[in-house]
Amino acid sequence: MSRLEPARVRRPRLRLPHLRLRLRLPSVRLPRLRLPHLPRPGRLRRRGSDAAALGSARDRFGLRDLIAEAAYGVGARPGRLVLTIIGTVLGVGSLVVTVGLAQTAAGQIAHQFDAVAATQVVVEPATARTQGGSRAIGSIPWDVADRLERIAGVEAAGGIAAVDVAGAEITAVPVNDPSAAPLAAPKVLATTPGLLDAVRGTIVTGRYFDSGHDERADRVVVLGARAATRLGVNRVDRQPSIFIGERPYTVIGIIDGVARRTDLLDAVILPVGTARVDFALAGLDQAQATIAVGAGPVVADQAPLALDPNSPENIEVQVPPDASAVRTSVQADINAIFLALGAVALLVGGLGIANVTLLSVRERTGEIGLRRALGASKADIGRQFLVESVVIGLLGGLIGSATGVAAVILVSLAQGWTPILDTVVVLGAALLGGVIGLGAGTYPALKAAGVEPITALRGGA
Amino acid sequence: MSVVDLLGDPVPGDHTEEAGDIRVGGTVAPPVIELRALTRTFAGTPPVLAVRGADLRIAAGEYVSVIGPSGSGKSTLLHILGLLDRPTSGDYLFDGVPTGAASDADRAALRGGRIGFVFQAFHLLPHRTVLDNVLLATLYSGVPRPERRPRALAALDRVGLSHRLDFLPIVLSGGERQRVAIARAVISSPHVLLADEPTGNLDAATSGGVLDLFDELHRDGLTLVVITHDAGVSARAQRRIRIDDGTLTEVTR
Ligand SMILES: Nc1ncnc2c1ncn2[C@@H]1O[C@H](COP(=O)(O)OP(=O)(O)OP(=O)(O)O)[C@@H](O)[C@H]1O
Ligand SMILES: [Mg+2]
Repeated sequence: MSRLEPARVRRPRLRLPHLRLRLRLPSVRLPRLRLPHLPRPGRLRRRGSDAAALGSARDRFGLRDLIAEAAYGVGARPGRLVLTIIGTVLGVGSLVVTVGLAQTAAGQIAHQFDAVAATQVVVEPATARTQGGSRAIGSIPWDVADRLERIAGVEAAGGIAAVDVAGAEITAVPVNDPSAAPLAAPKVLATTPGLLDAVRGTIVTGRYFDSGHDERADRVVVLGARAATRLGVNRVDRQPSIFIGERPYTVIGIIDGVARRTDLLDAVILPVGTARVDFALAGLDQAQATIAVGAGPVVADQAPLALDPNSPENIEVQVPPDASAVRTSVQADINAIFLALGAVALLVGGLGIANVTLLSVRERTGEIGLRRALGASKADIGRQFLVESVVIGLLGGLIGSATGVAAVILVSLAQGWTPILDTVVVLGAALLGGVIGLGAGTYPALKAAGVEPITALRGGA
Repeated sequence: MSVVDLLGDPVPGDHTEEAGDIRVGGTVAPPVIELRALTRTFAGTPPVLAVRGADLRIAAGEYVSVIGPSGSGKSTLLHILGLLDRPTSGDYLFDGVPTGAASDADRAALRGGRIGFVFQAFHLLPHRTVLDNVLLATLYSGVPRPERRPRALAALDRVGLSHRLDFLPIVLSGGERQRVAIARAVISSPHVLLADEPTGNLDAATSGGVLDLFDELHRDGLTLVVITHDAGVSARAQRRIRIDDGTLTEVTR
């Protein structure tokens, strides 16, 4: 071959001289291009036909060819491609954002309803407005803890009341030291034994009083952590005493970390029984309870009946809001707006693809005619254009999906939320782009398949 | 049974026994191309009779040139022979099989597998390279995938365009485009090559090269039908057919 190169350079127009072709053919190996010689045309032609028929079945415009040709078609006009997929990008993107924000918001709501908020119940007597202000019209029974704990879903319950000590001083030692700066007296509260659990408090040292102390009206107290500091009590192993007025009370424990009624930390806490005996406590102010997640509605129904069967309206129960109800209502709001927007954008996106594909079918009539003339069947042409529009749709879907995910993450970052997005939604949205491409491409593909080779070639000339 | 099936399997006692030219060694084959009272009219006022009542038989391996003035119906005739167009009336038998009733898919398969077409206006894809344009013909004609590229390279080499493989058709000269079109037409080893003024844009030397290639293909057994205005080109053919206002006449030497 290289020997022949100089000749080609010298005489570029004389490309196909007889002799050269003769010399060349054996080396270039054109088995199918060289047709059989005249003496035996029939037999050899048959053989050629069989080979062609076999080849047709195997390698005639296979999937690889289809995809390669469609890729050329899609990539031929990048500028137009961008305009074509914008609608799909927006549609798929807004769908992903919708679902993503709804899921993130739902997660956020669940997050806000933390364990305490979702499982804490407060029971108080109902109040009525009078001239002098408001006055409790119901009362909380002494055995409120027992009654509440019998309701399904209540895990711990306890009553609490403020104790009027009639100005009695509270001191760690009975002697009056005039040089000591006067401190604000700690509050005195009375609780049932179960209250510590009901407000999720912890014991720093010692113990909480039990029902025995309560029943016997023992003179014991538990100190809130801050009250203990103020009274100078930090250990209970030597049974220190504090004085309320003249009476000594043994300190049996110090508590901290309560999730509700944080005033307990500044208080001297008596058993309810002791307070009734020593300070003539008249009644309980409030009951606290922890419940199982989701038990709020049941407790709200049953607690008033359990505490005051004759006039349950005199009892007020504050239960956590039903988290799932809040969630669904928030979701419904977001979904209605964004899904509508997404659907409109998708429709526009689909029409965009249909329109541009139709335009390109019209522009490429010449190409279609040529392919038909070279042996493409109607189905080959239709498939090519259908795959092109599916690829365009998929591209839009992928970009839209990615954009949507980015938007959800950005919004979440800005709001300090944890972004939550289902992978199935992300992938499904990308595939939706392909489905839209399929729908949008069907009519143009049928149009392309219907192009007659002869009209196309005349028009394309 | 499709046309392709019919063509692929010789059935004992089929048409090959009755019709056609008698060949060397007593083998009987039907004409590759046979027109029976074929007419093609185009609607209009008045209607255009582009081909009227044509009767024509072209045997396998014949080299036929078609001459005639502009607008006489040459291209129309060639489009019908190439199964790109359908006659208004009359029959067209390809390899002895009537094509009028053949399905669209069968006609497409014949176009891809049996017929090579060189268009008067080349019809190259403007955004694809020379090599891609030639390869396009292999997609639909069932050339096995591993053979495609070597064949395209060989075909382009044969028309002297090996140095232009990656060029786009828009930067090629008219003659180069024509040679790309010829390479594309012969790559799938058709039985019949239909060429519409294949030398219309070529100078004498290049035109001579193309005609040498045609002679070569003809010697290898290819059936050629070449439209031309050029008497010199026409003289290379075995047989000349003249078309005047749609009417075919055999030109005797
Ligand atoms: N689709 C059509 N509709 C109407 N008339 C047509 C159509 N196609 C071709 N014709 C007419 O048919 C006649 C034959 O056209 P054709 O293209 O076959 O001519 P031609 O012999 O190839 O001419 P040229 O040598 O200039 O290429 C012309 O008069 C043309 O105007
Ligand atoms: Mg013409």
